[in-house]
Amino acid sequence: MKMQLKGVSGSLRELGLLAFIILLGITVQIRNPVFLSLMNINAILTNTAILSILAVGMMLVLVTRGIDLSVGAIIAFTGMVTALTVAKYPGINPVAALLLGAGVGFVIGSLTGLLVAVFDILPIIATLGMMNVVRGFTYVVSGGKWVSSYQMSTSFKALATGKILGINNLIVIAIVVYIIAAYFINQTRMGRRIFAVGSNPEAAEISGLPRKRLVFTAYAIMGALAGLAGVLWVAKFASAQGNTAIGYELQVIAACILGGVSISGGIGKLSGLLLGTLLLGILNNALPLINISPFWQQGIQGITILAAVLTNVVVKRNNERAALRRRAI
Amino acid sequence: MPEYILELEHITKLFPGVKALDDVHFNLKEGEIHGLMGENGAGKSTFIKTITGVYTPNEGEIRLYGEKVIFSNPLDAQKCGIAAIYQHVTCYPDLTVAENIFVGHEKIHKFSRKINWKEMHAQAQDLLDQLDANFSSKTRMGDLSVARQQIVEIAKALSMNAKIIIMDEPTAALSLHETGELYRITEQLRNDGASIIFISHRLEDIYRLADRVTIFRDASYIGTWPASELDQEKIVSHMVGRPLTKMFPKRDIHIGEEILKVENLSRTGYFRDVSFTLHKSEIVAITGLVGAGRTEVCESLYGITRADAGNIYIAGEKAVISDPVAALLHGIGFLPEDRQKQGLILEWEIGKNITLPVLELYSKYGMLNKNEEQEISNKLAKRLAVKAPNIFSCASTLSGGNQQKVVFAKLLARDLKIIILDEPTKGVDIGAKAAIYEIIGELAEQGYGIIMISSEMPEVLGLSDKIVVMKDGHVSALFTTAGTKQEEILHAAMVKNVYSSQGLGVDS
Repeated sequence: MKMQLKGVSGSLRELGLLAFIILLGITVQIRNPVFLSLMNINAILTNTAILSILAVGMMLVLVTRGIDLSVGAIIAFTGMVTALTVAKYPGINPVAALLLGAGVGFVIGSLTGLLVAVFDILPIIATLGMMNVVRGFTYVVSGGKWVSSYQMSTSFKALATGKILGINNLIVIAIVVYIIAAYFINQTRMGRRIFAVGSNPEAAEISGLPRKRLVFTAYAIMGALAGLAGVLWVAKFASAQGNTAIGYELQVIAACILGGVSISGGIGKLSGLLLGTLLLGILNNALPLINISPFWQQGIQGITILAAVLTNVVVKRNNERAALRRRAI
Repeated sequence: MPEYILELEHITKLFPGVKALDDVHFNLKEGEIHGLMGENGAGKSTFIKTITGVYTPNEGEIRLYGEKVIFSNPLDAQKCGIAAIYQHVTCYPDLTVAENIFVGHEKIHKFSRKINWKEMHAQAQDLLDQLDANFSSKTRMGDLSVARQQIVEIAKALSMNAKIIIMDEPTAALSLHETGELYRITEQLRNDGASIIFISHRLEDIYRLADRVTIFRDASYIGTWPASELDQEKIVSHMVGRPLTKMFPKRDIHIGEEILKVENLSRTGYFRDVSFTLHKSEIVAITGLVGAGRTEVCESLYGITRADAGNIYIAGEKAVISDPVAALLHGIGFLPEDRQKQGLILEWEIGKNITLPVLELYSKYGMLNKNEEQEISNKLAKRLAVKAPNIFSCASTLSGGNQQKVVFAKLLARDLKIIILDEPTKGVDIGAKAAIYEIIGELAEQGYGIIMISSEMPEVLGLSDKIVVMKDGHVSALFTTAGTKQEEILHAAMVKNVYSSQGLGVDS
């Protein structure tokens, strides 16, 4: 009986998050009725789509007990490379542009994966290095110049503004990413083994799982998703710059933490991730709507994250104590 | 069909600086439960990892069904039907029970290569039912008790069709009832045709289960006997083996007044109702098996963790020790077990290590008085005869024994009355051991009260004045060292039923 109760505590956390989101929604709605208009909801989802795509990759990396700080740089680099390509060959198919970005991102992510998995460099250091290298190359390939809206074809920009069945493309792409991720995480051996390695690396080694290959895969997927996001980013803002998305990885990590992904590995759910990104998205959208000074916004975001983590720690500590009490001594 | 399904001959395994296994033999008959015994550090765990392919031996031969095999990784051994249930359960706490059972050989659909959750859960549940486990295969592994996790590990072994199952101290963390359950499962496995290597410290496990027993001591093979031919005394003497040498200087010290009294100290889940006293110039040894709660008690005395209940009196006055700083103010010092991790900063010079805990004594307005600092560390290093060119040598360049001396020096830099030592001679060579015993003796002579956690019987008997034996978080017996026999201590640590001896353990 106790077991079952405890098993619920994971989803209890998500329910709590959901309750908080609803509460926040109601409060904002009372202050400003625009909040729950179809248009604004669409805006929130469109603006969080890219974040939510990145969060999937970051979750896999965090699950292996790693971290990836090079996400923002990869976004900038792949965005720049694609923008330059589009500027030079305006006739290029937007889907090809997406694949190009994802491909470049995959290669960068694989390099990071090699550093972490094969050469055993601490993830925070390896990705910090990659962050600077990739950011540097962004300036090199662009010569320090921007690629601006007028240099991009309409069809390319439509990647972010177009609609399928009345839903913005960005949202559609995010949904597709989540469906594939759900399949990968829940239905494939590789996906489950990535969680196993993060849950107990030592046991993974003893039971003969290919630890290195699994860790490598997590970073490669993160890279590919960051590449994909880079293309979408450029299409959305219709501009590619050397300093695009600086520090954005921290937003992604924050979304993961809010969504219940454990920094110490092994734990993470897509449903939580969705809620985490949604909460960040709503905070970004709603605070200006109810006239909270922009100076306060970042602070409020930080406080929300800390509150979520703190709640988590308290719940976990209580659970551990309960488990100890059950031990017969 | 050869007589033995598994034979290991002349196995030697070297680690840098250590011979973990020295020309060891072992053989396993089909359908037997083979007990493997030895003290902590006798090489049992290394031996198991050699059989399961985690380690490759430097010398020797492994034969399976009479044929020579070489395992270069754990998968090789798994394929040959060898499965191990390790001492520290190698589970994935965040995954479900079914996933834990099938990790590495997950069930997948033939064509889509998708994980076949239905079949996996069905088979997992089957295995669990077979073992009479009444929990679901969908439970999260981390939510299970250690006993149930162990059952999952056994189910994992069964799912791989293991013919040889190794259990590394499976009963160490189990309660009496759970242990009975494990006995039943183990016998069931044997009756179904598996051969089992059962490692345990507990004599009752061995008598209940084992057909034959092999004993290791100090990384060497001592012998193999039918369990029925070994009485308790024989097992203990084979395991301990060493004669009590003259390593322990005979001291004739007057034991002074009481300086510490521990009364019914408890910490949920770790230890309960621990009581004992310590006097000036007295050495109290706390012994018992690993995991009996010895270290936890001392950590609470030093304020690393807080006890939930019970009282600590220092020099007759009730003391609240909330953290190590408070402990130091009360004159309690602690020498941790893993001195490399907790005791020394290896990258620093000897001198800086020694004065680290008392830097405030040599500083004025936040500035260090280097000369004074060096003078003190020089004095302490000399007093303990640390063998090094000078106090500016890096701590990492010292031998194990000398590092130990530096840690002692570090302790002495403070004004202490009580010194707690956790396994002070673990991992040091015999010469350094003698040096440490001498230091401990001298400290007692100087009036310090000493609490020493130790698993090594010779040093417990040779050094201490009083012996506290712990088992399963309780004090199972308390002896005055003079006249106490090793067998009595081992009996209290391994066999004695704690609940029947309550009230016996505490002197009043």
